Amino acid sequence: MLELNNIHKLYNPGTVNEICLFDNFNLTVNKGEFVSVVGSNGSGKTSMLNIICGSIPIDSGSILVKDKDITREKEYKRNERIGRVYQNPAMGTCPSMTILENMSLADNKGKSYGLSRGTNKDRIDYYKQILSQLNLGLEDKINIKVGSLSGGQRQAMALLMSTMTPIEFLILDEHTAALDPKTAELIMELTDRLIREKDLTTIMVTHNLRYAIEYGSRLIMMHQGECVLDKAGEEKQNMSTEDVLRLFNEISIECGN
Amino acid sequence: MDFIISFIEQGLIYGVLALGVYITYKILDFPDLSVDGTFPLGASVTATLIVRGVNPYLTLLIAFAVGVAAGICTGLIHVKCQVRDLLAGIIMMTALWTINLRIAGTANVPMLSQQTIFKNDMLNSIIPSGISGYVKLLMIVILALVCKLLMDGYLKTKSGYLLRAVGDNDVLVTSLAKDQGNVKILGLAIANGLVALAGSMFCQYQRVFDISMGTGAVVIGLASVIIGTSILKKLTFFKPTSAVLLGAVIYMACVAMALKKCTPQDTKLITAILLLAVLVISHGRRKKVKTNA
Repeated sequence: MLELNNIHKLYNPGTVNEICLFDNFNLTVNKGEFVSVVGSNGSGKTSMLNIICGSIPIDSGSILVKDKDITREKEYKRNERIGRVYQNPAMGTCPSMTILENMSLADNKGKSYGLSRGTNKDRIDYYKQILSQLNLGLEDKINIKVGSLSGGQRQAMALLMSTMTPIEFLILDEHTAALDPKTAELIMELTDRLIREKDLTTIMVTHNLRYAIEYGSRLIMMHQGECVLDKAGEEKQNMSTEDVLRLFNEISIECGN
Repeated sequence: MDFIISFIEQGLIYGVLALGVYITYKILDFPDLSVDGTFPLGASVTATLIVRGVNPYLTLLIAFAVGVAAGICTGLIHVKCQVRDLLAGIIMMTALWTINLRIAGTANVPMLSQQTIFKNDMLNSIIPSGISGYVKLLMIVILALVCKLLMDGYLKTKSGYLLRAVGDNDVLVTSLAKDQGNVKILGLAIANGLVALAGSMFCQYQRVFDISMGTGAVVIGLASVIIGTSILKKLTFFKPTSAVLLGAVIYMACVAMALKKCTPQDTKLITAILLLAVLVISHGRRKKVKTNA
């Protein structure tokens, strides 16, 4: 499904601040997998997501989706097949537009944004129906601006909006990190339900080791641009938070943290 | 009475300009200084064509098209050459000074006897002589309303939604698999088209093109937008576009009143001080998306 082959990535090349993040990095994600990625700060988790989405260029290597090389494809082009939710709840919605307008925008992804009416009245009931699944009461206030919603409500909307149209990939970039524990739990359950319903191939970066253990079918730990742990299926089922934490600490001590 | 009519007329012409500035400043969050060049651009094109006998109504459309082209240039400089928004506008504004002079041929083109949108054979034949004093006002109100209604309609289309989204949160536009650069260029094109249209109206209103007529246009536009959107914000039944038009009229009224006590030389200083006053009262630019997570 997704293949990262021999990725090389240097930051600030040619200067004293040159940092080699990825040197010959490889990763294959199979269709239907839900991969949780953990690792310390600067281990390359978010950089990996940015490389997959095309937000940052790579120096060499190739990125393949369904055996098709997308290494040279522009970021917005790749997004036709990718849904992404960011850590910052403000990134996934437009604050000065209403809930209804935001939903309409997301519903049109992949089609042309021409001079036809922005909101299709026939779809409003459908929007209300999927909003009501969030149990946040948003379906009753579709004409208020998203800017007045809380972070959790916005993140729930961002999640709905990014999975509304058919996508092949869902990229979650610490999408619960900016939320309070209770809301984070809620968003995580919603994420899991959406992924199951739509059978989405997912990569989730998280700092919450418990989520990494509880959710997903595969667990990867990254360290200094490499995968130091990669467990799937039963092996992953048998791991506990303590196991992961122990490994995490070992790595950190090596670095002198 | 004449005094009131004249600032309503001027206010509504600048209101069309302010509609353009509303797109760049409020929707795109792009402080577009090329307005100082595209306003006289519309005027120079109009004056040149009218002197050569082109139908004055047709010149409105041509001025709009030329403004669109200039807006696309500003957009390309910003998006493709990755020049900062302010600088992209300054570059275009400076370049347009020469271009305007080239188009007009001289720094000043009077249109004393030519037909304009406000005075021509066709209007003379259909307008009863009793109200001929109000033809200008009527014409300007119609044009300003048409611009406003078209813009209201456009902002409700899918393309309009995308335009509003790009100034709000350009990351989302990329997530929607659309090139945010192209959306910005589109917005700048429409905005500068409206500004050039206002320039065309203004030079037919004044019956003269002058190379320096654009100086301060962006200030008038900004002041109108800010008065319109912040002072009239509490009146929620106003659409932002109506508020902007009204803002422009209020602003021109203030300038006209201030000018009664001063000489025309003081115009720009008064314009600047009034903008400062408006900014201080309304607390200036809104915060960007990233800061209100």
